[in-house]
Amino acid sequence: MGSLDDFLAMGGYAVYVWPAYLLAAIVLIGLFAVSRAELRRRERHLQALERSRGAAGHRRRRGGDAR
Amino acid sequence: MHRFASPARFLRLAGAVQPWLAGGTLVLMALGLYLALFDSPPDYQQGESVRIMYIHVPAAWMALFVYACIAVASASLLVWRHPLAGLFAKASAPIGAGFTFLALVTGSLWGKPMWGTWWVWDARLTSVLILFFLYLGLIALTNAFESPERGQRASAVLALVGSVNLPIIKFSVDWWNTLHQPASITRMGTPAIDPSMLWPLFSMAIAFTLYYFWVVIVRVRGELIEARLRALTRLQTEGR
Amino acid sequence: MTRKRRRLIILLLAMLSLGTATALVLSAFNDNLVFFYSPSQLMKAGLPSDRLVRIGGLVVDGSVQKGPGSRVAFSVTDTNEKVPVVYDGILPDLFREGQGVVVQGRMQPDGSFKAVEVLAKHDEKYMPPEVAEALKQSGEWRRQGGEAGAAAGQKESTTQ
Repeated sequence: MGSLDDFLAMGGYAVYVWPAYLLAAIVLIGLFAVSRAELRRRERHLQALERSRGAAGHRRRRGGDAR
Repeated sequence: MHRFASPARFLRLAGAVQPWLAGGTLVLMALGLYLALFDSPPDYQQGESVRIMYIHVPAAWMALFVYACIAVASASLLVWRHPLAGLFAKASAPIGAGFTFLALVTGSLWGKPMWGTWWVWDARLTSVLILFFLYLGLIALTNAFESPERGQRASAVLALVGSVNLPIIKFSVDWWNTLHQPASITRMGTPAIDPSMLWPLFSMAIAFTLYYFWVVIVRVRGELIEARLRALTRLQTEGR
Repeated sequence: MTRKRRRLIILLLAMLSLGTATALVLSAFNDNLVFFYSPSQLMKAGLPSDRLVRIGGLVVDGSVQKGPGSRVAFSVTDTNEKVPVVYDGILPDLFREGQGVVVQGRMQPDGSFKAVEVLAKHDEKYMPPEVAEALKQSGEWRRQGGEAGAAAGQKESTTQ
């Protein structure tokens, strides 16, 4: 396993190289995950709202499509 | 440009390109990581620590590119009142802040072994730190107002004022004595980076760019739904 | 249409004046934005010995003398002037003869420079060791002007 150790050691710069790559992974994956979770949450919220409006819709037809 | 300004059109276009952006990001990121970590040589001076470059330099490019996109969107919000431009700028700011943070921290991790210091207050490093605070300011200002339109317009003004920082960052290494070395890629004449190191660099740079457009589409879709939620709740409260 | 055009013109004028103002401010503060001085500038300025300054340049080939202990002495040059530097501490990995450095410290009455911090400055070239070796052997190395690019005060000659 010498070559794997060599690879992980990064010529003695392991403590600088690996944190850089790890941080990049955390920032990029984290940003995406947060963005998608936010989108999903809002989608669910909108669906719930439209369902409740749909139920009351025939009584109060005024505020049609807000788009 | 105007044709894409309608939310309905945007959503249709976004739905079509999003899978391609996601796939392209993953493929190029995998390729870039493979080239950066396994299939590129150590540097003749810096040894294996040069591999930090493949994160640091694309992140720094993206920090500038995202800000330039925000500045263009801000101008089109202020002049043409494109509603989508405001949402695009709002959605971009956290991504730009993320890339700037990444550039700063990886630069620090690279500077310690090579230069002998985590941080110096030279013109390049300081101007990039200012860029990071500009991003934070944009995020805070957008959310500081009761009305989202006013928040977006205020932050558009700040984004345009802050855009003077972009040429300062780019040319700081040429205008002043800095510890940071001058640009390797855009200089004239002989290429300053060996081709074996250019491929991982460009793969990562394209992967980061695709990532930005992918995530910004996800975020703009979220913002559009948020706008619709606001409109609906307003109608409900008014209807009562 | 006219309102849009007016907003566009106002925006362009605002950006223009903002850019001009920034350029003026930057050129006014130009001296304070300099991170380090070249040996020539330092010699000309004749700074008092109690002021902490940074000088940047190339480590003169063959000038590095190590010891005793962690003490090290070397000279920094911008190819015009030479400043002898003494330092006691850890050197960065890139510290080498012929390479760029930025040294922070104070000028001594005897004309030497007592450093409290030594930073390495690297050039903008990246290549595998074999390529560097081949370039050196073929004599292409110096002609590319890359190593001088790291030198302080030599920016005029290398920036495009």
